Parts: sequence; C-alpha cells; structure tokens
Amino acid sequence: MKFTKTVFATAALSLFAGLALAEEMTIVSWGGAYSKSQLKAYHEPYTANTGVTIINDESAGTAVPKLRAMKEAGNLTWDVVDVEAGPAMQLCDEGLAMEIDHDFMLADAPDGTLASNDFGDFIVSDCFIPQIVYSYTVGYRNDMVGSTPPTSICAIFDTETYPGKRSLKKGALSNMEWALLCDGVAKADIYPMLETAAGQDQALAKLDTIKDDVIWWSAGADTPQLLADGEVVMGSTFNGRLFALIEEQNQPVSMLWDGQIYDLDGWIIPTGLSPERQARALHYVRFATDTQRLADQSRWISYGPTRASSALLVDKHAELGIDMAPHMPTDPANSTNTFLMNYAFWADYKDDIESKFQAWLAK
Amino acid sequence: MGFEPKRLWLLSFAIVSVFLAYLMTSNEYFSSKNIRRTLPVLFAIFGIVFLGPVSAFFGGLFGWFFGWFFYWIYEGGYRAKLHPYLTSGQVLWYYSFRVICGMVFVFLIAPILVVMPLSFNAQDFFTFTPEMLRLDPAGYSLKHYQDFFNNSDWQRSFWNSLIIAPIATIISVSLGTLAAIGLSQSHVPAKRAIMAILISPMIVPLIISAMGMFFFYSTLGNFMENTLGLDKNLVGYVKVILAHAVLGIPFVIITVTATLVGFDKSLTRAAANMGAGPLKTFFKVQMPLIMPGVISGGLFAFITSFDEVVVVMFIGSASQKTLPWQMFIGLREQISPTILAVATILVGISVLLLMTLELLRRRSERLRGLSPG
Repeated sequence: MKFTKTVFATAALSLFAGLALAEEMTIVSWGGAYSKSQLKAYHEPYTANTGVTIINDESAGTAVPKLRAMKEAGNLTWDVVDVEAGPAMQLCDEGLAMEIDHDFMLADAPDGTLASNDFGDFIVSDCFIPQIVYSYTVGYRNDMVGSTPPTSICAIFDTETYPGKRSLKKGALSNMEWALLCDGVAKADIYPMLETAAGQDQALAKLDTIKDDVIWWSAGADTPQLLADGEVVMGSTFNGRLFALIEEQNQPVSMLWDGQIYDLDGWIIPTGLSPERQARALHYVRFATDTQRLADQSRWISYGPTRASSALLVDKHAELGIDMAPHMPTDPANSTNTFLMNYAFWADYKDDIESKFQAWLAK
Repeated sequence: MGFEPKRLWLLSFAIVSVFLAYLMTSNEYFSSKNIRRTLPVLFAIFGIVFLGPVSAFFGGLFGWFFGWFFYWIYEGGYRAKLHPYLTSGQVLWYYSFRVICGMVFVFLIAPILVVMPLSFNAQDFFTFTPEMLRLDPAGYSLKHYQDFFNNSDWQRSFWNSLIIAPIATIISVSLGTLAAIGLSQSHVPAKRAIMAILISPMIVPLIISAMGMFFFYSTLGNFMENTLGLDKNLVGYVKVILAHAVLGIPFVIITVTATLVGFDKSLTRAAANMGAGPLKTFFKVQMPLIMPGVISGGLFAFITSFDEVVVVMFIGSASQKTLPWQMFIGLREQISPTILAVATILVGISVLLLMTLELLRRRSERLRGLSPG
C-alpha cells in the first residue's frame, strides 16, 4: 500500500511540476545532428532570453499528413514546423501554413537590408521562412573504390568500375534527376523532360540498370550507418550527414560535391493557432532567422545559411574548430556542377512521379 | 573468394580432430584427463601465435571445450548419467533434444545479447569496430549511457513513461478485474458479446485503433481544454493514460477470467453466511485468491503501455513523448547507440521486475502454505 501511495504521490507531483512550467512551445524538426544544431544556435539562447521552454518533436518527416490530420481533428499541438521547400509550398496551397510578410515579420540584416532582399530567391513561397541550404550528395568508402576514387556523380551508375551495393533514397526525388543527368540529358532539360511520361520512363530505365545493386534508404541516418559498416560502396544522403560521418566520426569515407542537388529547409507556422501562440511562434521565428543566429547554426552543422548577410559570418565549427566555409554546399569550390531542386516542379508532380516510382520499385 | 577461409577452417578443424583422436587412442598420457589440461594451453598458444593476445582467451576457451568434449566421448561419459538400458538411438536423441532446446534458447536471446556489448561502442554506429573485437578498451565507452542521462529529450521521455505506464496500469487493473468478475457471474446476459467488445482493442490492428482514438480523444481533449478549462499538458497526459488503459484492459480481463475459473464460488457464500458484506468478501476472500491473475494481468498492462509507440504518437503531443516514441525517432533519424544503451537499461529493469515479482509470489505462496518453499 505504501508503495502504491508513493507511486501516486510521485506521479501527481510530477504532473503538477509539469503544469507549473508556464510557457511552452512545440517545435517540429528532424532530429539528430540537425536538431542539435538548432538546439545550440536557436533554442538555448531563446529559452535563456525569454524563459519559454521549447519541446522538440522530431516528426518533420511526416509533417504534411500530420498537419492535415490535426486540422481535421481541430487539435493543433505544433507551434513551429521545420519543412523542406516543396512541402512548404504544398502546405501553403492547402491553407495549412500561415502566410508571412517577410519584411515586416522577420528581422532586417545588420546593415538594414530588408529580409526579402537578404533571403532573395530563397523565399520560394509566401508561407516559407528560409533557414538553410543543404544538398543531396554522395559519399563513398575510400577502401572500396580501388585506386580511382569517383569524381563524378555518375559513378552511382557505373557498377563496372565500382562494383558493390549503393544506397539511394527510397523515393523519386534526387534519383530521377541523377538518372537523367547520367543518361546524357542536359541539366536545363531535366525538369521539362520529367514532366513527360517518356522522360519519367527514361529515368526509370536508367535506374533499372542498377536496381539489383541498390539498398533503398528512407531516413537520413541510413546511408551513414551503411557506409560505416562497409555494407555499401557509396550512397546518397544529405551533405551534413556526410560531414558528421567524415569529420566528427572519422570514418574512411569521402564525399562528392559533383552533381549535388540543392534543397532548402525552413520554418512554417501552422494556421489556426490561438493569437498568443501565434504571436509567440512569430517571435521565435524572428529571433531564430536573424543574421547572427543563422550564421551560428553553421558552427554546428555543414548547412549553408540562407541569408546573404549570414554567409559572411560563417565561422569555425564549435567543437572541432575546423573552418566551416569549405564544407558549405554553397562554397564556390563545391558548386562547380550543381543544380537547384525545382520545388515548383516537385510541388506539382511529386504525387504522380512518386507513385510511378514506387510502382517501379515494387516490380 | 569468401569461400576459401571457411574451407581452410573446416580442413584444419578436421585435421586437429583426427590428430587428437589418434593421440588419445595411441598414447597412454593423452588418454587420461591430461588432455583436458593440455588442450587449452595448446590452443591458447596457437591463438597468440596466429591471431594475437585476445585470441589466447578464446583459444583457451575452445581448447577447454574440445578437451572436455573429446574426453567425454572417449571415456563414454555420455552414458554415465542415463539409464543403462537405453539404445544408442535414444541416447543420441537425449542429447540432440538438449542441443535443439539450447539452439531455440540462443535464437530467442541472441538479439537481446548482441545489443548489450554494442551499447558500449565508442563510435556512433551500430557496428562492432575492430577495436571492440580486439577487446581494446579504447573501443568501448560509457558515452551513450551518459547521453541518456544528460540529454533532456531522453530524460523527459523516460519520466513520461514512468508517469503514464503506472497510472494506466492501475486504471486497467481496476476496471479489468471488475469486468472479469462481473462477466464470471452466471446471471449476466450477452456475456460473450460484452467480452468480445472489451477485448477488441487487443484484436483490432493497433493502427486502426490509433486512428479512431486520435479523432475521439481530439474531441474529448478539446472539450476538456475549452469547456472545462483544464491545462493543455494535463489533458495530454489524461488522453494518453486513458488510451493506454484501454489497451491494457483486455490483458487483465483474460488473465483474471482464467484464474476465476479455478475459484470456488462457495467461498463467497460462506463469507456471506458469516456476515461479511460483498465488499469485505471481495477484498478479504476473493481478491487474495485471484491475486496472481491480477498481478500478471497488471504486468502485461504495464508492459503494453511501457512498450507502446503507435497510439502515443497519434494521441500524445511532444510533451507526452514516451520512451518508445523517443527510441523510434532516434532509430529513424539518427541510428544512435544511445538507443542500445536505453535498451540495455530496460532489459535490466525488466529482469529485475520479473525477478522481484517471482520472489514475491513464492514468498506469498510459502506464507499461505501452498508450497513447501
């Protein structure tokens, strides 16, 4: 009986202790090293300044369906959501994300440049508050590529020179672009071709040539694990994951910058928040996307800040002390052969191409 | 290419076996127990020479095993403890049966055991590094355990699980026990139908229950927040606890119903005859006798809540993030060995919990004179 009483008392106390923490907000992000960089660069200083407790929900991977369900049920538990540019456009179109007046709601650059000019083209949607530029790229095991390490993205399709398994994203995004690029299609023609059924079939036919050699990944952590295990000779993932694998974990892995596909990641604020929650969300976002904060984030992870004014402030890694600028996907030395993901294209065609890709995968 | 070393191993193993058999049958010295002393040393030296110091340990282990095994076969020790009239086939089966049982055991336990050394990995991957295989201390570290105890996300989810699971268990045990007792009465109409409804959460696919619960509890939560004016966090906990209690109830009903089958109804009548009211009869007579069923049902309910990831992800918000939720996310986004450290800790807790319960059960049986103890 005593035991039961103690359990009850402890539980009740903890509950009330939880209630005593007045202000809380739930921020949705991706987890892993990325969430850590946000914790260090944004959350910790924000909590120190305002006393608002920030709760991390690492559900960004399912943000779109979850926000739809939350709206349907009238039970919105998220305050700020970290999404890629494509889903942000989708959420904006569906009215699930709030429209932002960038100049009015976000901070100016230190020299007084308006936010819309500082972010420039990265503001791809009225609801999207840009945060970082990252890229899909490829890492390979140094000890499994022989004496001729790959220099081109098309090494993915070259199973003769680089035999062994490769890990690719279990989805159309990035794979379709690379397939056409390595099938000799000019960069400018890739997205127009992918709009047509013939172009999609051509990309899948190219992927067919390596289908037996592919391990499909669905989470950003998969490729680093497979590379560390030596299960694959090369694999695609986000450049920040490869940075962590190579520089922080010291694995015998190198990465390619060739053919990297830029994508953007940023915040959206869901529609339907109560006025005080919305005010808090806006207050947080204004703080987290100012010039200094965006530059601070690049001290924890190798993703490029989206503000032109932040790029000048990119410094050394906070723990490793190495210069971060050469590890940014946007560094001039890294961006000789790249392309920017066409978000508008993917926002329109993603559902169609994705289902076609999944059908091909199941064959 | 990968085939060669295996062949080589088999070949050398065969040569060693034949050589040993020859030694034992031809040489007086080796046919005695001496072989059991010599072999480990030989194998250990072999290990040092060919593979390095760590192999000496494994070499010694192998040597000890083979020495024992060959001696056992040679001396006919395998018949020593069996009835003398068994045929060779029966003896063979006697040992094959034990080997098969052992293999089943390994099959069940190995995945859990593999996790434990990996949780001491010095690297951030689920990989046995060369340092670990060499038993080099540099390959091991406690950093994943430190991460678990220092990381606020892990701590929050751990405490959430410790708040949610016990309360959900208490609710499901009380409701489930009452339901089972009610359903065991002969005068209750439509017993089977009621039973089927009550245990449906166990049968309906979890994801479907979760989807239904999401909409049901969203409405309930909105009502509690907006109309009753309760705190958002408190409502979140209430929702998850109620949902987990619902999932736990079927287990309690089933185990308690099973114990009630063996319960002698005349005892309650005897108690009533002696002037005890229904409540007193229940707590003094019926409850102690069906206690084992209640406890094991409660244990199942607790584990259900403690292990549950689908429903809580639908119903809970991030403030109610439980341990399985955090583990699921960690696995999907990070593949960090912190999960393995947590798993090891949880295995430890489960073993302790089960051992305590078993000891308590034995103690109560002994006290009630049900077993010689």
